[in-house]
Order: sequence, then structure tokens, then C-alpha cells
Amino acid sequence: MRVLAAMSGGVDSAVAAARAVEQGHDVIGVHLALSRMPGTLRTGSRGCCTIEDSMDAQRAANKLGIPFYVWDFSERFKLDVVDDFVAEYQAGRTPNPCMRCNERIKFAALLERGLSLGFEAICTGHYASILEDGEGNLELHRSREMAKDQSYVLGVLNANQLAHSMFPLGATASKDLIRQEAAARGLSVANKPDSYDICFIPEGDTRQWLKEFVPTDSGKIVDGEGNQLGEHDGHVGFTIGQRKGLKIGTPAADGKPRYVLEIRPKTKEIVVGPEEALEISDLFGARYTWCGKALENPEEAFDCDVQVRAHGDTVSAVAAIVDGQMHVQLNEPLYGVPAGQTAVIYVGTRVLGQMTIDEARSKVSTVA
Amino acid sequence: MSVFLDHASTTSLRSCAKEALSEALDFLGNPSSVHSQGRATRELLEESRDKVAKACGANRSEIIFNSGGTEGNNHAIKGIFWDRVTKNPDCKVVISSRTEHHAVMEPVQWLGENQNAEVVFVEHLANGMIDLDSLRSLVKEHGQRVALISLMWVNNETGVITDIPAITEIASKFDIPVHSDAVAAFGHVPIDFQASGLTAMTLSGHKVGAPIGVGALVVARSAKPISLVHGGGQERSLRSGTMNYPLAASFAAAAKEAVTELDHEMARLGALKDQLEAAVMEAVPSAIITAQGANRAAYNAHFVFPGTQSDAMLFLLDQKGVCVSAGSACQAGVLGPSHVLLGMGFSHLEASACVRVTLGKTSTLQDVQQFLTALEQVHPVALQATPA
Repeated sequence: MRVLAAMSGGVDSAVAAARAVEQGHDVIGVHLALSRMPGTLRTGSRGCCTIEDSMDAQRAANKLGIPFYVWDFSERFKLDVVDDFVAEYQAGRTPNPCMRCNERIKFAALLERGLSLGFEAICTGHYASILEDGEGNLELHRSREMAKDQSYVLGVLNANQLAHSMFPLGATASKDLIRQEAAARGLSVANKPDSYDICFIPEGDTRQWLKEFVPTDSGKIVDGEGNQLGEHDGHVGFTIGQRKGLKIGTPAADGKPRYVLEIRPKTKEIVVGPEEALEISDLFGARYTWCGKALENPEEAFDCDVQVRAHGDTVSAVAAIVDGQMHVQLNEPLYGVPAGQTAVIYVGTRVLGQMTIDEARSKVSTVA
Repeated sequence: MSVFLDHASTTSLRSCAKEALSEALDFLGNPSSVHSQGRATRELLEESRDKVAKACGANRSEIIFNSGGTEGNNHAIKGIFWDRVTKNPDCKVVISSRTEHHAVMEPVQWLGENQNAEVVFVEHLANGMIDLDSLRSLVKEHGQRVALISLMWVNNETGVITDIPAITEIASKFDIPVHSDAVAAFGHVPIDFQASGLTAMTLSGHKVGAPIGVGALVVARSAKPISLVHGGGQERSLRSGTMNYPLAASFAAAAKEAVTELDHEMARLGALKDQLEAAVMEAVPSAIITAQGANRAAYNAHFVFPGTQSDAMLFLLDQKGVCVSAGSACQAGVLGPSHVLLGMGFSHLEASACVRVTLGKTSTLQDVQQFLTALEQVHPVALQATPA
């Protein structure tokens, strides 16, 4: 099979490419240039997008003896990921740019280009597995190594995208084994640190970074009854459940910490309240997709597990499509779930689908 | 078997250059030393200087050996500017063009951003040649305030040849020093430094079949560009550092052979290029020869394939074993639109759809045919792979 290995310059994608080569595929390495003005050297815990990372990817490809190219997706990335990220925050939501990048760049723009250039699959270093059900349908499953599982950020893939994807690391028991394998293969990235931050935010400070794009627009910090508790210098960058950085002078009557409960872009208000008000019992979203084969009767309630953060806990739930939107009723509460985040729906280890959360409803109504 | 049609990026090492390097490496001695072995390597260096001077029509004292094109351009542009502005603080206008190589564009821009230089650009005719009327009016407008004019002899992307004597004639009315980046010209078009009227001219070794890492800045005896590096005062005090006689010897051997073969190669490669261009236009009638009608170097064919993207074309051709290039890639390896084509007035889409095919000493009709076969196969795929 002709395979396009997306190589970020990190150890995972390098080993994934190596395994694809070993499996006998005709592999070509591609590094995606996502910024027009890439930094020279890696800083902080970013793992891609600098020239150093591109060079690391090229060295790995050379070591594997595969052709290597840098493809420019900076324009698409700016439009589909960065601008979307800013717009979501402006609207008071908390986006997941990695998910957006998978949805619109890696498994859309890159895949599209790959297919038109004669490739059959995209290979990445994500920790997830593609398995077949008994009837030849492809399913996305969690990786064997739960601590590294990245099936959450791949929840946006549809059946066609799954059919053109390869995740050779999914069955690996641990990240340490990947590093050992990289070292054994002579890959210089074997000990390269993992990346955690958002790749286009150099210092990892989202609020500070957003200030460059969004004019400072101060407003009030209020409680559930609308009483002003303080001021902020712009609602953009606050996230539901946030406790730190609120700078409220007066303590709450009960002396307990207060959390961001709601962001109101129109009135520029940040509503804060006690932790129990963050307790979420129901999630709703009109923008949902099925990962692989869709359920035959999604209108009928089905048992599932739901995960709302890349490395968050999973809770059991009952879900159904009701009036065109997905309704997920949680069997146990989640705390501080912002609109804009993605809820990925699992059945066992299988990713069934995902939705962008439009509303996270709390049973405890402390917000006026 | 891959076919190399990217000789403008670098070209095959000439046997004579390899031999000269190998022989010189057997010598021991610093050319600045006074003892017999130092004198021997000094002699090698000076013989090399003679050969390079002869190959480009310069006086031997005008050859300043260095590491290559980028250093030469930086030295000439910054050095002449600093020298001029030191003597007359008002003399700070730099005239250049938007189609220069980055090794000229960047130092010029750096002067503008960091040294208070006023940078102005000449206009181009539609075929990529310098609009001499535009240069005349810039020179007239800025007169004595012009510190330097820097315009390349042959454009490294389009192959357009600049009429250097016409440029220096215009500059002479105000005694303006003119520098020319002749990296893409040397060994490919006849060059006579002394007859050109230039003050400085940049040469690079690896473009004529010497190894990478050697070149020369040709500096008129009357000029003294301020040095970028200070030290032992070698090379007329213009380029300090222990003189690299092995690479100089290799460069000299390559330069001599390239110039000796020049007429023959111009005719041979020119005929090959004509065949190539005609066949490309037949295979892809929508293709554009970018500088058609201009006086162009014989070894260079430059096309726009509308509706494609350069990186897809290069990728697909590479997969077929054909090595060609497009605009220059940034440090990260991303191909941007060709700044040369943008400077000539092409659209962003067109400037992102170019392919450069450059011939060299080893190029044959078979190479050209292999390129054409590959082109016919990949062009429809590249069209399809380009988003509407």
C-alpha cells in the first residue's frame, strides 16, 4: 500500500513510520508546515512546528530510507484551526485545536491531497487502534496503553477516514517501549521530550496569546445573582471550571473557592460560583458524527461511556439522538464542562462517535 | 535511475576540480608563512587567482577568495554601503530589484531595517528584464545619495540576462558603484569584469563544478568595501582568515574549464533547452515560459504550469526520478511562491506553480526526454491534486 506518514519530528510518528515501512508498505514521510513563520528551535514542551522539528522529522525519514517532503498547510491551518480557536474563545466557548487539526487538516486536507497524489493511507503516531468488526466494518478503539490513549482526539474520524488511516502504535503496551524501539532503530528523536502544549502558542499561555488577536474588552465578574464581585480585562481565555486567576478580592460567604460557571460574551460577564454548580448531568450537541459505522437506531437510548477531555476521566451515560441533537445523560456527574469541547462517546473500548457540546446542563441551578 | 536537471542549484564536480583539490591537499603550509612550504602553497593560491581572474576578465588583484555567493553578496552590499555612508552620511540609498536572489535581498533589507538605508527597487518589463528607464529615473531622483546599485547578472530562476554595461553606464553619471551577483552567470554567459564597469561582482565555485564552500568577490582596485570579518589582513585586507588554497585551486581549475568550454556548451545546452521548451509546450499547451522574449541564459528553462502547485509537481517528478526545482524553499523546506515571478508581476497562483529545469555539463537529450516522459505522466495528477 502507498502510505503517507505524517511526521511531526517527534518519536511517536517516527516509530509509526518505521513500523509502516517494516510492514512492507511503500512509505513517504511528510512534515506539515503549519506556520508561515516557524520558530528556529523548539521551546517549552511543543513538539512540532519549528524548523528543528522539521529537521528531526527529516533525519528520521533519512534513517528509515524513505523520501521526505515538507508540505505547506499553513494557510489551511490558520483558517481552520487558529482562526476557529480564536472565534470559539470569543464566543465564550473552549475549543480543542488538536481535534480541529485532525478533523480538518491531517485527516481532511492532507488525506485529500494524499489520495489525489496516489496514496492510499495516512499513517500517524497516534495511540489508538483500528479494528474490524465481524462484518468488515472498521472501528476505532482505545490504545492498549490507556495512559497514552489518543482515541479521544480521533473521535471526529468518519468511516471513510478510518478506511484511509493507519495507527501502528495502538497495540504497544507503553510509551517506554516506543522510546526503546526508536533507540534500537537509531532514531535521534528517541529521547525527545513529549509535547503537551498547543503547537501555535509558543509560551503555553493561551490567555496572553489570545490578547494579541482579540481586543481587550473589560467586564464584570458576577455571582449567580448578578452581584458584581470583581472585574476582568477580557472574557476571552476564561474557561468553565477555571479557579485560578479570577482575582476576586472578597471571599465567598462560605469561605469556599469560586469557579467560572458561565461566560457571557454579549454582556462581557463572567459568572462565578461554588464548585457544586459545576456539576453537569446532561450534555447536548447538534454537531455530532459517527466514527465508523453509524448506529442503526440512534434515536433509541443506548448505554455508553463519555469522555470530554483529551486525558479526562470517562463516565458512564445513556445517549440518544433526540430532535436532531445528541443528548447524553450522565450516570455520574462531570465537573466544569465548557461548551465547545468535544464529548467522545465510547462503547467499551470502541469510539462510537463524538459531538461538540452546545450545552452542558447542571441539575444544581445556582446561575440566575 | 534518477535524472538531475537542477544544475542551477549546484552542479557536478568537474574531474579537473577534483584533481586540483586532491593535489593541493597533499601540500603542507600556510600561504602566509615565510618558509619554503608556505611559499609553495602561496604559489598555488596565486596561480589560482590568476586563473579565476582570467576566466572573468578581472585583474588578479581584484579576486578576493571567500566561501561563496552568500558571503560575496553580503560583503559587497554591506561593505560598499558602509564605506559610502561613512564618507557621506547622506549617501544611503540602495537600488536593487525584487527579483534578486535572497543572498542579495536579505542583506539589502537588513541595511534598510538596521542601518538606516533607503531601499528602492527598479521596475521590470513584462519579460523579466530590468526596465532601464525606471533605473534612469531612480538614479536621477536620488543622484549623489545613491550608495550602491546591486542587480544580478543572470536571474537564478528565470535565466534572464541583465545588460550590465547598460546599468553601469546609467550609474556612471553619478559615479555610483554597481555590484552584480554573477553566481548564475559565471561559466554560463561571457563575463568580462573590467569591461563591465562593475565595482564588485560575486562568483560561486560550486555553480561551475568546484566543491561547495568556495567562491570569490571580484572587487575593482579602486574600491574598498568594508570587511565583514577582521583579522590577519589576508586578501587585500578585505577578507581575513587563513587562505584556503586547496579550494581556491579547485575553483580555479573548474572556472578555467567552464570558460574554455563556454561557447560550445552555450550552443549545445541552448539547443537542448529549445527542444525541451518546444516539447513542453506541445505536451502542456497551457504552460507558460516565464521570461519569453527576454535574453536568457542557455541552460535555464523556467515554466509556470497553471492550475498546479510547484510542490506537487516537484514531489511527483521526484517520485519519477526527476530532480528539478521551483522557487526557493524556506529554511523549513516549504516552497513559497516564487518572489521572482511575483516581482515580475505574475499572480500568487502562477508564482506558486512554477518549475525550473536547468541543464549542465552532464545533461543529455536522454535526460530531457526522461523529464518530458515524466512530465506527461505527472501533470494531470498535479492538476487533480491542486484544490480549485
